[in-house]
Amino acid sequence: MNSPAENSPADDRAHVLRAQDVMLYLSGVTVSFDGFKALNNLSLYIRPGEMRAIIGPNGAGKTTMMDVITGKTRADEGDVYFNGDVDLSKLDEAAIANLGIGRKFQKPTVFENLTVFENLELALKTDRGPFATLLFRLSKAQAARIDEVLQTISLTEQYGMQAGALSHGQKQWLEIGMLLMQDPELLLVDEPVAGMTDAETDQTADLLRTIARERSVIVVEHDMEFVRRLDTMVTVLHEGSVLAEGSLARVQADERVIEVYLGR
Amino acid sequence: MSSAAHIPELRTGPLSGLLLSLPLGGKIMLGLLALAALLVPLLNLAVPADSFFHVPAYMVALLGKYLCYALLALSVDLVWGFCGILSLGHGAFFGLGGYAMGMYLMRQIGPRGVYGDPLLPDFMVFLNWQELPWFWYGFDMFPFAMVMVLLAPGLLAFLFGWLAFRSRVTGVYLSIITQAMTYALMLAFFRNDMGFGGNNGLTDFKDLLGFDLQSDATRSGLFVASAVSLALGYLICAAIVRSKFGRVLEAIRDAESRVRFLGYRVEYYKLFVFTLSAMMAGVAGALYVPQVGIINPAEFAPANSIEIVIWVAVGGRGTLYGAALGAILVNYAKTYFTGALPEIWLFMLGALFVSVTLFMPKGIVGVLRQAGRNGILGALYGRGRLGEEHGT
Repeated sequence: MNSPAENSPADDRAHVLRAQDVMLYLSGVTVSFDGFKALNNLSLYIRPGEMRAIIGPNGAGKTTMMDVITGKTRADEGDVYFNGDVDLSKLDEAAIANLGIGRKFQKPTVFENLTVFENLELALKTDRGPFATLLFRLSKAQAARIDEVLQTISLTEQYGMQAGALSHGQKQWLEIGMLLMQDPELLLVDEPVAGMTDAETDQTADLLRTIARERSVIVVEHDMEFVRRLDTMVTVLHEGSVLAEGSLARVQADERVIEVYLGR
Repeated sequence: MSSAAHIPELRTGPLSGLLLSLPLGGKIMLGLLALAALLVPLLNLAVPADSFFHVPAYMVALLGKYLCYALLALSVDLVWGFCGILSLGHGAFFGLGGYAMGMYLMRQIGPRGVYGDPLLPDFMVFLNWQELPWFWYGFDMFPFAMVMVLLAPGLLAFLFGWLAFRSRVTGVYLSIITQAMTYALMLAFFRNDMGFGGNNGLTDFKDLLGFDLQSDATRSGLFVASAVSLALGYLICAAIVRSKFGRVLEAIRDAESRVRFLGYRVEYYKLFVFTLSAMMAGVAGALYVPQVGIINPAEFAPANSIEIVIWVAVGGRGTLYGAALGAILVNYAKTYFTGALPEIWLFMLGALFVSVTLFMPKGIVGVLRQAGRNGILGALYGRGRLGEEHGT
């Protein structure tokens, strides 16, 4: 939002921005699967408090990028730094999550056999060790926090319901709620409105904008209308690298973006 | 708003809170165990042998054996039913606990063996060994042996789990290597030079803590010990399952990678519960050995471990008390049919597993709960409250 809308590929700025200045710093990241480069010299910088939408055709590397940030996939080359000096390429999923990077998956993955309340309780930011968890008692403040999030995601009524019984949209919200419980500094949200009704999509956009007031958020999305509603800076990925960056209006006017999307 | 005030209330209070929170089936099980622990010794010891109500000594030992199997099934249900770890090697932990107890019992024989050696068990004299192997030291002391009952299976499970879970071996691959583990142990224990009696195993036990193993009172005592152990094992499992830890286990079972992205180290949780479960299996084995009078490498046979899983599936996976119920029912059937129609028992066992998997995926307890929900047994069996058990 506050960054200048540039049209040049991010790589050109690499020498200007240092890892210390940004919250998330990806530089020259390459990941190949059996010779296919899912990410190809990708560079991306997210500032503290920034919300960024990432778009791109199928196979552009959006999900692989999230995998690299959250430790699911290792980068073959390149640097991935969080908060300046934390090298994410050396940490596993749990350690990265505990650093304050939360992730919402494309397919809503909530724990279907647990209740909505229990799902949020599991995500609650507390000691993750087995012994601490065994002796865990929910404090008043923590219970209040869960209630607060239940309200934010409009699931107060459903708190005792099994998560598996929720509607698709409600599961998406529950998963966003679980992210909030983790109290992350950076949220990665993969296609949050896939399969949602228009009303649910609108509500989700409001929800994400509210969240972005306090945290950095990366949203991967196909739905252009939704991206427009987010009203934020957009990065276009194509074949594993950044094709364009800027406001939505600007990237939509970009020749190369049009070419990629319309396949001229 | 209401949730914060509502939910934690259910989770307060230590033991009384736990007992109150138990599902109906669990309360019934504890009640029946208490009743059996009182009645079986009474009907065996105090009722004259010619009375209709007399429980013969062989029956006491048989029932005690079933309770050991029930404890073993409970330990498998904890890892399989709640954490999704399908262990096909729990017979190994059971066997190790049994061997630790067997070694103590062998040392208790002392000079009363056939060869009369004051120190060496008969099989060592037979093999012409001159001195006691180092790993037999200490087993003359009961407390040491009891520590080993927990430590031997616990340590194996910890090492095995450390390697397997850290490398993220899951599903069918994990099941296969647990089979390999128990098979390897069987081969090792068959060897005479391992020092555990080889093919014949350990047997001819005389007494335990000075009590004659052949006496009715000792058999009754072992029966009561088995009932108490089963009850304790159940309470420990129930306490784990209703804690937040238990909900993490269920979450791992249902969506393992999601749990990782929440910041939990899945391998630690698996390791904890797998090791605890192995120790429970070890205790079951230790109680089993003095009641049946022998432990040999056949206990490590891969098929044994598979059978345990069948007991759990028949009773109802993920219900704890269902696993105990399944173990007792299947073993009762086994006792009956291997006596009446020995050649068809294995076919029956196979058919049982296939039909339970196809028609009763939630086992006997699942069927009962469904009936309770439908109101057929509602009045009798808790009026639909059954569905609320253990967060299901």
